[in-house]
Amino acid sequence: MKTTTKQKIAFAILFLCTVIVVLPVLFVLAVVIKNGWPAINWEFLTTMPRNNMKAGGIYPAIMGTIYLVSLSTLFSLPIGLFAAIYLNEYAEENMLTRLIRLAIVNLAGVSSVVYGLFGLVMFVTFLKFGVSILSGALTLAIMNLPVIITASVEALASVPYSFREVSRSLGASRWQTIRHSVLPFAIPGILTGAILSLARAAGETAPILFTVAAFYLPNLPHSVFDQAMALPYHLYIISTQIPGIPQQMRYATALVLVGIVFSMNIFAVIIRSKFRKKKKW
Amino acid sequence: MVNPVHPAPVHRCGVHGVPEIIINKVVMKELDIWYGKIHALKSLNMNIFKNEILGIIGPANSGKTSFLRQLNRLNDLELNYKAIGEVLLDDKDIQSINPEVLRRRVGMIFALPQVLPISIYDNIAYGPRMHGTKDRKRLDAIVEETLNASFLWDEVKDRLLESATKLSGGQQQRLCISRTLALDPEIILFDEPCSGLDPISTAKVEESMLKLKEKCTIVLVTNNTKQAARVSDRTAFFLMGELIEIDTTEKIFTAPSDKRTEGYILGKFG
Ligand SMILES: Nc1ncnc2c1ncn2[C@@H]1O[C@H](COP(=O)(O)OP(=O)(O)OP(=O)(O)O)[C@@H](O)[C@H]1O
Ligand SMILES: [Mg+2]
Repeated sequence: MKTTTKQKIAFAILFLCTVIVVLPVLFVLAVVIKNGWPAINWEFLTTMPRNNMKAGGIYPAIMGTIYLVSLSTLFSLPIGLFAAIYLNEYAEENMLTRLIRLAIVNLAGVSSVVYGLFGLVMFVTFLKFGVSILSGALTLAIMNLPVIITASVEALASVPYSFREVSRSLGASRWQTIRHSVLPFAIPGILTGAILSLARAAGETAPILFTVAAFYLPNLPHSVFDQAMALPYHLYIISTQIPGIPQQMRYATALVLVGIVFSMNIFAVIIRSKFRKKKKW
Repeated sequence: MVNPVHPAPVHRCGVHGVPEIIINKVVMKELDIWYGKIHALKSLNMNIFKNEILGIIGPANSGKTSFLRQLNRLNDLELNYKAIGEVLLDDKDIQSINPEVLRRRVGMIFALPQVLPISIYDNIAYGPRMHGTKDRKRLDAIVEETLNASFLWDEVKDRLLESATKLSGGQQQRLCISRTLALDPEIILFDEPCSGLDPISTAKVEESMLKLKEKCTIVLVTNNTKQAARVSDRTAFFLMGELIEIDTTEKIFTAPSDKRTEGYILGKFG
């Protein structure tokens, strides 16, 4: 067989595999968009649910998810970043740090319902934050930390060692070196990791199930100690718990959720590709 | 500025020869360096004179880089590094000098041009900024002055804000020289600065070294014995972590006292 023929076959197989991976995603998207799009309008996005959630909008659920995601970022991004800086730039390589690294990698793979239970015990009960936005955001933050730390450590480690050496040879201190010769070149990678983990936080039901999510609230939350509705949980309820909800509303809710997660992911991809273009070492 | 006790050494037209008035800039006493189990430098005793260009030659792994990195304490960054013995800079043990201050006084040029992926201007301003110089006018002046000293100003004066990574290898290395000069160092360590450069860039780097020695002391590690012969006043030959011989460049290249030095110069090993 000719090399060119072989190459064509190999190419065809690779292409087929890609299609197999992408097809289901496209299919799901198509179904959600086709069924949900007609029900999406300004009223749906900006009004409270009415008539036992069988009519009206999903405004409180959207807002709840935005609150949760932003507050959890406020906790997880700085803590994750500093932990990553410590692990990659300061910690000596020994048994303890290796153990910590291993734990972090493993925590990133723990099922989200475990984090939900942890949040219930830790924040709701033990710290007495109750079922509240605070408890939910902290639970999501804890769930995101391993992912953010792992992504940040990777981003920091991908900055060439020579940058640090040059900076130190010019008399910069260790912290100055990190601040001026390492972080600026790692930030895009860190942000990408952070956004991806946020997208996950926005879509997860299990961690918020016991810690914050409300079935139905007539008002928006007033403080972080209030419960809140959230998109994934709302979708779960209207899909399984309440009979007689128009099919369209379910798909429209799903579409909003997918839309939020998707646009966050695309945002991350854009940051990454911008960075790739600029990166020259 | 003329110091009545130690007048500035006369700069010669010819290259070789030690300064007329010899002042010990650096003194090493019984210096030993280890990286883990590797004994990289063995009981080293030698001096570096003020305002000389000291060439260091020797085959791979003879400890040349380790020697340089000892002088600005960059070895401190290594994990399994250990040293005993003394290094005196102006009669003061470098261990008693804050490393950040020391590295400002003892600058270093690496083998490969290590520009940071920021603008030409920011590369040069990096050191001064880290030491608290914020004044834009002062930084502008430093940038122009140091780019002139490395003969790069004319080539880059219109693109100071462009990324330094766009420069050619030779230009990048001269930028690194400027960046080191921006801290106004007393000693500059060159670690095979021309190993990746073409002959013309090499000539430009050598030219700037000769000019710099009026103000600073230079230690030049080189794999290229011809380069040592061209620019250094004295030359030291290292072999497997030991200083075999140090003398005027003329003596080393015409009548070395050790067989091994002769062998290396004639290209028998390395
Ligand atoms: N950071 C380090 N960690 C471990 N070993 C090192 C380190 N730096 C140098 N060594 C070892 O110390 C010895 C001397 O190395 P050094 O880099 O000083 O040699 P060199 O004369 O500069 O060689 P070259 O001409 O190849 O640059 C070598 O055996 C080297 O492997
Ligand atoms: Mg070397």
